[in-house]
Amino acid sequence: MTLVLEASLFVFLLVIAVAITRTKDLFAAAMLSGIFSLASAGLFTLLDAVDVAFTEAAVGAGISTIVILGTLSLTDPVEIRTRRPLLPLGVVLLTGMALVWGTLDMPAFGDASAPIHLHVAPRYLSESGAAIGIPNVVTSILASYRGYDTLGELFVVTTAGIGVMLLLGRGESRP
Amino acid sequence: MSDPGSHMRMHEKLVLRIVAKRFIPFVLLFALYVQFHGDFGPGGGFQAGVIFAAGLILYGMIFGLGALHRVVPPRALEVAVAIGVLLYAGVGVATMMLGGNYLDYGVLDSHAPAHGQHLGILLVEGGVGITVAAVMLTIYSSFGGRERE
Repeated sequence: MTLVLEASLFVFLLVIAVAITRTKDLFAAAMLSGIFSLASAGLFTLLDAVDVAFTEAAVGAGISTIVILGTLSLTDPVEIRTRRPLLPLGVVLLTGMALVWGTLDMPAFGDASAPIHLHVAPRYLSESGAAIGIPNVVTSILASYRGYDTLGELFVVTTAGIGVMLLLGRGESRP
Repeated sequence: MSDPGSHMRMHEKLVLRIVAKRFIPFVLLFALYVQFHGDFGPGGGFQAGVIFAAGLILYGMIFGLGALHRVVPPRALEVAVAIGVLLYAGVGVATMMLGGNYLDYGVLDSHAPAHGQHLGILLVEGGVGITVAAVMLTIYSSFGGRERE
């Protein structure tokens, strides 16, 4: 049952992706990219990555769509196509093939002997309950075991905010 | 997109206005739930910050950027961006002061390290939530405040 749902979501993602490339209406493309994110979030939920799914739904389907729509309100909502994009198509195909080739070396889906399940993950799963006292292991890892990484991510978000403030202003210089 | 004088005039649409007014408190409440329930279920500061910002952005889209700026002045947003990061980094400094490593929350409670971990995670997740919400709102109001060229 799960496999059928996953397969249909993948097909759905493919259809949306093709629709995004085909449409000339940028408003429709923006909404479709939001739907794409929502379908990805559903797929992540099926793959038991609920925290990732939550982030994808909130950021990908929510804020990103709003920011794209905000940008769209400042520009022309119709895409202008001058020539057939053969070079970009070639680059995308090559990159895609390289990525698929790269995944051939990866362990099979759900493989219990994959390196990622043998290194620190068993320790986190067995110890974090007693050492940190929080049932959600993902929160324990992100906020405590990998506290440095999360602080670094926060610096990235802050830098992005400062960059937007410097480039566009604070949004109050309106008549 | 949210300019009261633009062609969209969102604030004149009655259904949108009423639905948004009823809806926004629940969005903000849900963001707080995600923030503080991150220890037990999916979620945490990052998602909570984004959802909180989304609730306020909805308010800004319907009632205009001016109304949003009366609720959260741009100056307050700037301060909030810095406060979140300083709260996170400050917890690390505090743990060093107490004799531990940087961001080693265990030393925050001298009797039970697990309680210290709990407190540390609560504080740093709070810092993440504040900064993420403030940055998202800043990005939105920076884009929304621009005139079409």
